[in-house]
Amino acid sequence: MNKSKKIWAGVGVLAIAGGIAMLIAGGLSSNVVYFLTPSELRAELAERADEIVDQPLRLGGQVKTGSLVWDAEALDLRFVVADSLGEVPVRSTGAPPAMFKEGIGVVVEGRYTHDGVFESKNLMVKHSNEYEPPHGEKPEQMYESLIKTDG
Amino acid sequence: MLNIIGSTSIAAALLGALAVTITGIVGGFNRKPGLIRAARYGTYFVFAAMSTAFIAMEIALLSHDFSVSYVARVGSLETPTYYTAISLWSSLEGSILFWGWILSAYGALVAFVNRKSDSRLIPFAQGVMGFVGLFFYGLLTGPANPFGAVFPVPTNGPGPNPLLQNHPLMGLHPPMLYLGYVGLTVPFAFAIGALLSGKLDEEWIRVTRRWTVAAWAFLSVGIVGGAWWSYEVLGWGGYWAWDPVENASFLPWLTATAFVHSVMVQERRGMLKTWNLSLIIGTFLLTLFGTFLTRSGILDSVHAFTEGMIGPIFLAFIALIMIVSLVLIAWRSDRLHAPGSLDAVVSRDSAFILNNVLFVAFTFTVLLGTTFPLIVEAVNGNRVSVGPPYFNMVSIPIGVLLLFLMGVGPALPWRRTTPEKMKRTFLMPVVAGLAAGLLGFVLGTRSLWPLVTFTFAGFVTATIVEEFRKGVRARMRIAGVSAPVALAQILTRNNRRYGGYTVHAGIVVIIVALALSGTYRFEREVTLRRGELMQLGDYGIVFEELWAEEQDQRFVVGGTFNIFHKGDEAGTMQPRMNYYPNSQQPIGTPDVRSTLKEDLYLTLMAFDEAEGSHATIRAIVNPAVPWLWIGGMIVALGAILAVMPQRGSGRPAVSAIEIAREEESAELEEEAAAVTV
Repeated sequence: MNKSKKIWAGVGVLAIAGGIAMLIAGGLSSNVVYFLTPSELRAELAERADEIVDQPLRLGGQVKTGSLVWDAEALDLRFVVADSLGEVPVRSTGAPPAMFKEGIGVVVEGRYTHDGVFESKNLMVKHSNEYEPPHGEKPEQMYESLIKTDG
Repeated sequence: MLNIIGSTSIAAALLGALAVTITGIVGGFNRKPGLIRAARYGTYFVFAAMSTAFIAMEIALLSHDFSVSYVARVGSLETPTYYTAISLWSSLEGSILFWGWILSAYGALVAFVNRKSDSRLIPFAQGVMGFVGLFFYGLLTGPANPFGAVFPVPTNGPGPNPLLQNHPLMGLHPPMLYLGYVGLTVPFAFAIGALLSGKLDEEWIRVTRRWTVAAWAFLSVGIVGGAWWSYEVLGWGGYWAWDPVENASFLPWLTATAFVHSVMVQERRGMLKTWNLSLIIGTFLLTLFGTFLTRSGILDSVHAFTEGMIGPIFLAFIALIMIVSLVLIAWRSDRLHAPGSLDAVVSRDSAFILNNVLFVAFTFTVLLGTTFPLIVEAVNGNRVSVGPPYFNMVSIPIGVLLLFLMGVGPALPWRRTTPEKMKRTFLMPVVAGLAAGLLGFVLGTRSLWPLVTFTFAGFVTATIVEEFRKGVRARMRIAGVSAPVALAQILTRNNRRYGGYTVHAGIVVIIVALALSGTYRFEREVTLRRGELMQLGDYGIVFEELWAEEQDQRFVVGGTFNIFHKGDEAGTMQPRMNYYPNSQQPIGTPDVRSTLKEDLYLTLMAFDEAEGSHATIRAIVNPAVPWLWIGGMIVALGAILAVMPQRGSGRPAVSAIEIAREEESAELEEEAAAVTV
């Protein structure tokens, strides 16, 4: 292989590596979704609302007792996700998972909108037992029990 | 009783594997026939012992012997026999047992096939497989022991995870994946054997070629089967979610695919020695890493079926294999120089190298996305997830480039080519590709990636057709036979080449189906009263009634829906919800109405429990999805062709020279035609 070919091959490899790196950087920067608890979301909203509103998020907590309203006809589902320090109203379209009920632990994927409501795109119930967050549970523990525990 | 038989067999397999490791590697170095023979018989012994354990477990499962800990965990009297038999791989310990059994079977098969070979690689490879066996049989004696004693003996068990006893494909998908995963141990063992023995020519690649292609094919079928399973069971209407478990199977597939291609460069040109060794070692590490990801519960996954204490042990084993391999490669680095070098930028050699760069980059992007949450959590404690949009965004461009290369690579000659030859080879395919893209545009596709995909797919298809045409023409001329006979002859005697092209054709079908179903899927979720009609595309769906049925192992609620297609009656569909006693969450069974054009996919989401007066359904029109499964079958067919022993006298039906001559004559014909005009 002569010199000019080597140069061309080098340029090619660099171009590919650069392209892939750009793809990955672009892909990750726009598609990493943060997991927050209701109190964390409240705190973030107080601090930097403009960065948090309308960003894809995962919200994890407990479905507040007495907050569940389900209109089967319009497929409109409303409830409040709460932890011991904060709560966030959630709106979802479509039938909830069959075991969805008040008091259960949920993870909601979606965005917090300007209307002050969390618009859910995906609702996940991961627990086979009712989830009761002990008072003052840390977000890490909440994450552990909601996300990492086998349903 | 079965406890004792099982545990003893596994202990025997462990000791046998230890003996095989020692006799294999020592025998490989000092080449004493006695030791080499001992390694071979040791391998048979390990297989016999693992088979005994496997059979003991199946008997325990089928006879509901709840004194065996694994049966007590996954068995139940109500589970149908089929699902009881396959619950062997529904949980951790059974999966490892199954894995270990397959590993021992591969070991025995390798020993048997090569029993008369005096290659220096064989004892080493057996020793390495024995060493890998040590790890898995060791897990089975301790942290993942399926034959633990249970006291008092329960009278019944909970049954397997409901998701895993809900569809017959569970009998196909995991065994295929395991056959693929474990089968990749064979080329890995020979690669390490080549490093240990210092015999670093092409032999290890030649000996393992068919093993690698077979393992690759099992892995491919396993992945497609898994996609099919999740489509038929999970109820969201998709087949691939970039879930960590799915990625775990996709990662070694990517590197194995790169390996299947790059070894050809070494066979033909003697290049890429270190690369090929690294690639197969990396592939083996990724199979272990995949198992670690799925079994350790470290990542958030919709189907983290089993968790256990085995995560750290797996990590330690992965680290050990990685370090030993690196040391071996460094030790042998003086023998890894390539005699050949790249001649031209435009040649099949460089197309293969580009293919490998892209496959490895693909692997890296998927690996990074899969483990990114772990990295972020370790770095700054933030809890993040990386969703399908990331994976789609990075994999579509890379996949499309690979598709393009699939058309270019096989059509280019080795070493170098000329502009005239290029023009002759690619004129027709380029025209066909543009035509396919134009057709997509005329039929209404306006998005960039699908259009590019259709164009490249047309291009690749044309190159494949052209390759077949040239082969058939050449064979017709040499042997003076008719076209169908010539086709049969090249398929059986040039099976490696044309099997490969058939696999490519299957991949094209799959990629087009992915593009179509990804782009044109549409869905609606509605609540219907009894007798009410909903419209979705060409389909009308009328909610007829709800029904319930008590079955042995579960309680089923189903809805009956009358389907109309363009106003004509088109049968009924019955999506169901299944309630299992060991799960609070019902497991749905969507109903799928398949045609070659598209699927209508119905999931029962919710229903009126009191009177059955209304039901909420999700209805999805999923274009081209059946072609994913058809494409998978074409891939399997091509792979079977490629691994079949060559028929006839060993001489291929057409040689590369004859095919080249066919190209020349085509050129002459064109010239003649030009003169006539």
